[in-house]
Amino acid sequence: MGITATVPGKVHITLKVNGEEMEVSFAPYKTLLEVLREDLGLTGTKHGCELGECGACAVLVDGAPLLSCLTLAIECEGRAIETIEGLANGPELHPLQEAFADLGGSQCGYCTPGAIMTAKALLDNEPEPSSQRIKEAMAGNLCRCTGYQQIVESVEKAAGCCRHAERVKA
Amino acid sequence: MNAKKKLEVVGKSRRRVDARAKVTGLARFADDLTLPRMLHCKLLRSPHPHAIIEAIDVDKARAYPGVHLVLTGKDFPVPFGIMPVAQDEYPLAPERVRYVGDPVAAVIARDEKTAEEALELIQVTYRPLPTIASPQEGLEQPETRIHDYGEQGNIHRNQSYEFGDVEAALAASDHVFEDVFFYEGNNHMAMEQQASLAHIEGDGKLTLSSSTQNPHYLHRQMARALQMPASQIRVIACQNGGGFGGKCDPAGHEIVVSKAALMLGRPVKICLTRQEVFYQHRGRHPILMKFRTGVSKDGKLTAVHLQTLLDGGAYGSHGPASTFYSGVLTPVTYELPRFKFEACRVFTNKPACGPKRGHGTPQPRFGQEVQLDKIAAKLGLDPAEMRLNMVTQADSLTANWLKIGSNGLAECIRQVVERSGWKDKHGKLPEGRGIGIACSTYMSGAGVSIYWNKMPHSGVQLLLDRSGQVTVMCGATEVGQGSDDVLAAIVAEVLGIDTSVVRCVTGDTGLTPVDLGSYSSRVTVMMGNAAMEAAGRVHELITAAAAEQLDTLPEQVVMSQGRVFAADNPNHGMSFVEAVVLAETKFGTLGAVGNYSPPKQPGKYKGSGVGPSPAYSFSACVVETEVDRATGMVHIPKIWVAHDIGRAINAVHARGQVIGGVYMGLSEALMEEQAFRRLPPKLSAALVHRIPSMLEYKTLTALDMPDVEVMLVEDPDPNCPFGAKEAGQGPLLPVMPAVANAIWDAVGVRIDEVPITPDKILRALVLKREGKTPRIGPESFPEVPYPESVFVLPPGEGGDGNESKNVSRPSAQSSQSSHSRMEVTAS
Amino acid sequence: MMRLPWFKYHAPRSVAEAAHILAAEGGDAMLIAGGTDLLPNMKRRQQTPATLVSLRQVEGLKRIANGKGLTLGAGLTLSEVVAAPQVREKYRGLWQAAAQVASPHLRNMGTLGGNLCLDTRCLYYNQNEDWRRAIDFCMKRDGQTCWVATRSKRCLAVSSTDTAPALISLGAKVRLISAEGERDLALNELYCNDGIDYLARRPDEILTEVMLPDLAGWKSTYWKLRRRGSFDFPLLGVAAAVRTAPDGTVEEARIVLGAVSSHPLLTEAGQLLVGGKLTDEAIAAVGKKAGAVAKPMDNADLDLYWRKDVVPEFIAYALRELRGDDMSETRMRVTRQLL
Ligand SMILES: Cc1cc2nc3c(=O)[nH]c(=O)nc-3n(C[C@H](O)[C@H](O)[C@H](O)COP(=O)(O)OP(=O)(O)OC[C@H]3O[C@@H](n4cnc5c(N)ncnc54)[C@H](O)[C@@H]3O)c2cc1C
Ligand code: SF4
Ligand code: FES
Ligand code: FES
Repeated sequence: MGITATVPGKVHITLKVNGEEMEVSFAPYKTLLEVLREDLGLTGTKHGCELGECGACAVLVDGAPLLSCLTLAIECEGRAIETIEGLANGPELHPLQEAFADLGGSQCGYCTPGAIMTAKALLDNEPEPSSQRIKEAMAGNLCRCTGYQQIVESVEKAAGCCRHAERVKA
Repeated sequence: MNAKKKLEVVGKSRRRVDARAKVTGLARFADDLTLPRMLHCKLLRSPHPHAIIEAIDVDKARAYPGVHLVLTGKDFPVPFGIMPVAQDEYPLAPERVRYVGDPVAAVIARDEKTAEEALELIQVTYRPLPTIASPQEGLEQPETRIHDYGEQGNIHRNQSYEFGDVEAALAASDHVFEDVFFYEGNNHMAMEQQASLAHIEGDGKLTLSSSTQNPHYLHRQMARALQMPASQIRVIACQNGGGFGGKCDPAGHEIVVSKAALMLGRPVKICLTRQEVFYQHRGRHPILMKFRTGVSKDGKLTAVHLQTLLDGGAYGSHGPASTFYSGVLTPVTYELPRFKFEACRVFTNKPACGPKRGHGTPQPRFGQEVQLDKIAAKLGLDPAEMRLNMVTQADSLTANWLKIGSNGLAECIRQVVERSGWKDKHGKLPEGRGIGIACSTYMSGAGVSIYWNKMPHSGVQLLLDRSGQVTVMCGATEVGQGSDDVLAAIVAEVLGIDTSVVRCVTGDTGLTPVDLGSYSSRVTVMMGNAAMEAAGRVHELITAAAAEQLDTLPEQVVMSQGRVFAADNPNHGMSFVEAVVLAETKFGTLGAVGNYSPPKQPGKYKGSGVGPSPAYSFSACVVETEVDRATGMVHIPKIWVAHDIGRAINAVHARGQVIGGVYMGLSEALMEEQAFRRLPPKLSAALVHRIPSMLEYKTLTALDMPDVEVMLVEDPDPNCPFGAKEAGQGPLLPVMPAVANAIWDAVGVRIDEVPITPDKILRALVLKREGKTPRIGPESFPEVPYPESVFVLPPGEGGDGNESKNVSRPSAQSSQSSHSRMEVTAS
Repeated sequence: MMRLPWFKYHAPRSVAEAAHILAAEGGDAMLIAGGTDLLPNMKRRQQTPATLVSLRQVEGLKRIANGKGLTLGAGLTLSEVVAAPQVREKYRGLWQAAAQVASPHLRNMGTLGGNLCLDTRCLYYNQNEDWRRAIDFCMKRDGQTCWVATRSKRCLAVSSTDTAPALISLGAKVRLISAEGERDLALNELYCNDGIDYLARRPDEILTEVMLPDLAGWKSTYWKLRRRGSFDFPLLGVAAAVRTAPDGTVEEARIVLGAVSSHPLLTEAGQLLVGGKLTDEAIAAVGKKAGAVAKPMDNADLDLYWRKDVVPEFIAYALRELRGDDMSETRMRVTRQLL
């Protein structure tokens, strides 16, 4: 049988976050969002509702964008979790980060981590998305500042940069 | 700056200075902060819309393991409020609750979960009072008073101004149009939920880090509510995850955690849930409006009589200002010789309304711009041409004595007309498709502060040292609009350096000079002018020191691209750092301050303080729609917007502000509403927010947002830094009426109400098919006991800006009775 | 931050083990699959199971098996359902329905089984506990009255699953397994027209798979009404499936309405089409008949009368699409994406 948890009490597990194994113990009612922010100090992941209604808390789990506010942390053992903190390569920003910064994809910045992580999953799977496809993929990330247009433009630009980088490598 | 150079930083599309922190997740919002020994706070809120608190028993909660402190209204004897005339809120309600969600007690515990569990142990005994759900009910039931202050009954604010004899002008008009409009309230729904962390520094002083747009006003109100000297309090505005006006008011929870930190000597944090954000609200007032507008045959305005009725919610908030704003900017867009404006704000048992993007002005702008569309249709005029023919002029005065400086409205109209293909589309698209236009204006900062004083509205301090680093400090607050970037850009431009050299320290009352805050689109102009002054002073020092070395006159020294050199010999020069070293050597430690106060305004009557601004921005918007006649569903393929920004400090972000404004305007036009639900009164007195969640409070998603084409009209305004006016609020305003007007063009129905939902359109289409008036909107405007008008002669009629007492106004007595000659069109 | 209540947690590896735990824990245990329905409900204290039995690690629930028809494991996420080529090619109505559930992230999390067992919804019920206290709760949880219709004896909360109407129109069956054994049920029979007891599933049963018949000769579609292109639950779902003869004569037709009742509504209007062609007149007649049985209530977004008024129009969209009309423009306008 897998993990079980009882009331009250804590579970103790190892999470793999941004490629690093992290041991953590927490009360089993905690979601991945709470554990990342409160127990691992990774506050780059934001929250706007904690009910699955805004997308601010999106992180990648095994490569797919999920809502950390509705993911039980206890169910994340052994899965690869990626957050905004792990995106840059040392001092070098990811093309999505560059593009969001340069093209106005981020204003207040609050939706930005969730939006960028969602866009990363898109580009990992579809290197040449149309603007319609970008909107479809980003339709679960509310933003109150940008009106989305510059977010879409940022993702388009980053897609171009990623493709260019691939070609250079090849 | 004497030796002129081309602009090098201002106007370019640049990565904003705070972008890197935001895209890496390093930007620290209030809820991202933690401190050792930090405790957590949760609030108990009223389940009743209106009740007396008879008793509160907190013993069990206090005894609950993990609980450190329980606070109630008794702990906060002093009320507060952003406006000196409306200090009617307590951090925790002491004896009476006024809406479902009014906080009554606070638990501070080792974690949120424990605090939440302890809340359930608090016993409150309430004695319910009658519920007032709308301004109409508030007027009809003056004996059930929500507050024991205000004008009378439940009327919080009530006012009337008349600029010239409006009845006489209406009587002499070729046409008089009369329309009633309603604009539902809505919430800012900033993505970040408000959070605050209070702690005591090593020196014993209190520090509050908070999601706030206005650390300065918060600072003052904390001193008041906590009864301590302001010098013992430091307020830090964190990065704000959007504000839009929702974080302008000092909030009860900010004072609660501060008090708790003071009592416990430990850090205390609170973060509101989304539902609590809807309760804290301070969003757009629901406003019922009536416009009586006189027009000449050729479509020029002769007079407007505007009446507004505002649903204020349970507390004052910015209400006194909101009440003014529901009218005062009406005359700024089009020439209007006479103007009468009556406004009334009523308390109701709902979360308090306050400022939201456009503060008080989107509602009347919606009414006015839709009415103009009706007038154009009636007179057979092209709505764009008609507007173009009557735009206000640069350097002019309005009937209510507002001074307009630069004015790019005509150019805005021309550009949206041109780019949208208006001439080939308006009235010419196939049935079901349509196009609509609307215009607007907004202030670049309010002419007077929220509390009366003659001190600067913005102060900037600049520090430089031999390392070449430039630190700029200002109380202005980053809410996402890019104020830090504007600050850095202006300093960088003046000193000829890159923005990456500039370090911004902002929104910290313990470190930064006072700036009034991020509201009323004031930051670029006021902080920017203060920054220009400070940087200019430093420029003087550096050029003086460099001139000696370069053997030239200081006026001949140019600071550009990180170098300092003689204008006539660009190769002969030094690096910026070397020049700073020379200046520090010559003058000692380097620094300068700059500050800004808005120019004096011509209006002198009591109440003339609301409306004036150093500069007005202008916008014009064209919206295209497709309306499905079988369902009433609307599709918006494209929006064109032209915004007279004076000058864009950062082109990419100016465009972003405009698109963001259009987005929020469209979202309001189509779906946003802070709606309430009443249960059958026989069974329950409940009055609850219908939908306090991000799922049910609808806002546009990426898939719902049309393409927006932005045109920036750059006509630099002399009152503004590098000519830059505001862009954060203005572009929102014309969107809602443009949508309504486009729907008219598409299917010939009028929706005189926001939001414009498909059910309303379908109902109007049915009316049209039945041959009835194809309109959905409020049927009538209630009797409101407005006071006698303050009468002021407009500038064109020989006034001096003061109230004229005892002028004889023959028409005043017979008001509204003399319409025999003219045709009154309930359009 | 909204927080979950305490619960006991089990993560069994097999259906048998899960069934065993459910049986042992009694009525206080609930299954959790993607958690996208259950966890928000728990955070708002609408549902407060003492024990959660997770299906995440249960083997075999992600099966996709081609046989005569198609079998889909209940543990497949909606994104996985959308990605399955068999679904897209042969069961288009299901594909379109799954692709319109919630938002992209929620489809990556939410499962087919969870979607079929989704709790019924109501604006008086999908609220935080303190909000519900302010209306003195309601019949569905902790209260007496149904505020939607105060004289109603039963709860009128809305069946809001997108995939159920589509699957019913496709003639799907489901398998339920408990410690006591297993049974197959026509999907339509899984639902009861009662906002509280909305499922015929016993609390100890696990829905393990969905079985679709071979539908050669059938065409299907799903149209969803909601305010926005994302997030929103359906205010109306129209699932239609027809089998036509080569000359276009309808031989069999099923029209199922979602979100207008406490269960997916298998209408009889489909019968009107049988023997004729999908003419505009026939489509209008079906719209009228099916529209008459839709009973939207004032407990979801938008005006309830309007929601009822547009039912015939949405049925027409569906049937015109099945007739072969190019509906892409309408689809784009209504759904904001092509499906
Ligand atoms: C913001 C938001 C928007 C949404 N929009 C939509 C929408 O548009 N359309 C829509 O249909 N849904 C919507 N949903 C609901 C939900 O995301 C989906 O219905 C999803 O498919 C539920 O699956 P799940 O695996 O997450 O279910 P869970 O939350 O894990 O479970 C839901 C229920 O089913 C039971 N259950 C789960 N699996 C089984 C099983 N195998 N056997 C028996 N019982 C089981 C659980 O005990 C629980 O009662 C939305 C949710 C959110 C938060
Ligand atoms: S339909 Fe009635 S009983 Fe059911 S959840 Fe809604 S209000 Fe409660
Ligand atoms: S916090 Fe809003 S979806 Fe997770
Ligand atoms: S940038 Fe502010 S919410 Fe998206």
